[in-house]
Amino acid sequence: MMENMNQEYTIEFNDVTKSFGEHTVLDHLDFKIHEGKITTLLGFSGAGKSTILKHILGIYHPTEGHIKVLGKELINMTDREIREFRTSFGMSFQYSALFDSMTNFGNVAFPLKEFTKLSDKEINEKVLDLMEQVGLEEHAHQKLPSEISGGMRKRVGLARALALEPKIMLYDEPTTGLDPITTHMVDNLIKTTHKRNAHIPMTTVIISHDINATLRISDYVAFLEKGRVVEHSSVEDFKKSKNPVIQKFLELSL
Amino acid sequence: MINPVSKLISSIGATVLHFTPALGRISIYMYHSFLWFIRPPFRRKLFVDEMVFMGNKSLFIVSLTASFSGMVFAFQIYAGFTAFSVDSFVGPIVAIAVCKELAPVFCGLVVAGRCGAAMAAQIGTMKVTEQVDALEVMGVNSIQYLAVPKIFATVVTMPMLAAIYMVIANAGSYIVGTKVLGIDEVMYFAKLSDFMNFNMVLEGLIKAAVFGYLIAIVGTYQGFAVKGGAEGVGKGTNMAVVWGMILVLVVDFFLTALLSKLL
Repeated sequence: MMENMNQEYTIEFNDVTKSFGEHTVLDHLDFKIHEGKITTLLGFSGAGKSTILKHILGIYHPTEGHIKVLGKELINMTDREIREFRTSFGMSFQYSALFDSMTNFGNVAFPLKEFTKLSDKEINEKVLDLMEQVGLEEHAHQKLPSEISGGMRKRVGLARALALEPKIMLYDEPTTGLDPITTHMVDNLIKTTHKRNAHIPMTTVIISHDINATLRISDYVAFLEKGRVVEHSSVEDFKKSKNPVIQKFLELSL
Repeated sequence: MINPVSKLISSIGATVLHFTPALGRISIYMYHSFLWFIRPPFRRKLFVDEMVFMGNKSLFIVSLTASFSGMVFAFQIYAGFTAFSVDSFVGPIVAIAVCKELAPVFCGLVVAGRCGAAMAAQIGTMKVTEQVDALEVMGVNSIQYLAVPKIFATVVTMPMLAAIYMVIANAGSYIVGTKVLGIDEVMYFAKLSDFMNFNMVLEGLIKAAVFGYLIAIVGTYQGFAVKGGAEGVGKGTNMAVVWGMILVLVVDFFLTALLSKLL
């Protein structure tokens, strides 16, 4: 029974508390993220969304409680094991975080050069394939990240995150600061990327404030308030939530 | 009313409390950088790139400083020594001062100003734009990828720059001494070979390597310690230069005392 549970959920937070000094950011957090689904962590600023992300990546360890990611307890891992384990993740940063000393092509090729034994020719082919997947035009390949638009940088960042075919794809505020058309493009990109990698199966976790995008692309929504998940349900159930804070959030955002 | 002795003790205590955690953090950083230096993968290309970068940044200024300091020093020494008719000692005095002190210290100050600042600015900018986080999330250790090649390259390049400084400064001294001030060429070289030995050069090269290590440690550490945005990068860069230069001058004293016993 437990085996099945582990396979069903990619990420499990069991009674997790995280405190920085006297300030408690995560307060007895209990929730599980479904394998192969898109889950969005929604909530006000300072609710603990980014702290959850850092726990999933093994950057932070909980003050109390346990976290299982892909069936493994992160707390028991050595630094080296966590580093190796991180190759199972892809992360799309809020401002893309592309290496500004490398071309866009170099950015996408970077994880392949670091973690695979592929030949230069194979890396070249793989990068071109990834660039095509995210819809990055050829003229941008040899440009520096500073020479392309924010939307294009998102595409490059996504291609780089997908290079090692991650089991878990994390997006940190993917549409913050983007215009409505680019926001729509990024949303579609997240959705198509998730569908295209369904064979892995890829679990997608998004941190967002954007309620419209969340309702459009997510399978599940977890709403955080003061370090606790106050609602974790499918999008349809989330819309019908009786929680007054969520109702207020929906009312103000829609 | 607080008496002056209590005030003095409390201010010493406050200073110690301020510096102790920072000293602890930098010691841990030095330990980690050493650990990641001996752990594979060894990034030879990054190391070579850093050496080329340092050479490009520093070689011209080091050469310029070396030539003029050698020439000026020869002039100054000559002015004093000629009164006692020992002007043929200009060569060895300049050579000893250049090899043991001027070459490593001047190179240290130049490299702290040019490369230490560049290290802090580069890593600091990467930190505030989440590029360091991106490396970590991918499973790449940021100290190993960003700092270790810089530290190793500085340790190797600094003695090379110091050696170049020694050659150019002594050439400048020779030209001024023999061609401008009229010191006999044979006497110049005879005195030089009487007083100079390889240990003096070695002392300068060891000092240069140690200064290189300290400059790179401070530069990269300040880069990783950057907080906030552009202002934080500016502060980090400034701290890297200031502390790099202070360390060169302070550690020079202790190294001189130590090496004078060892060599």
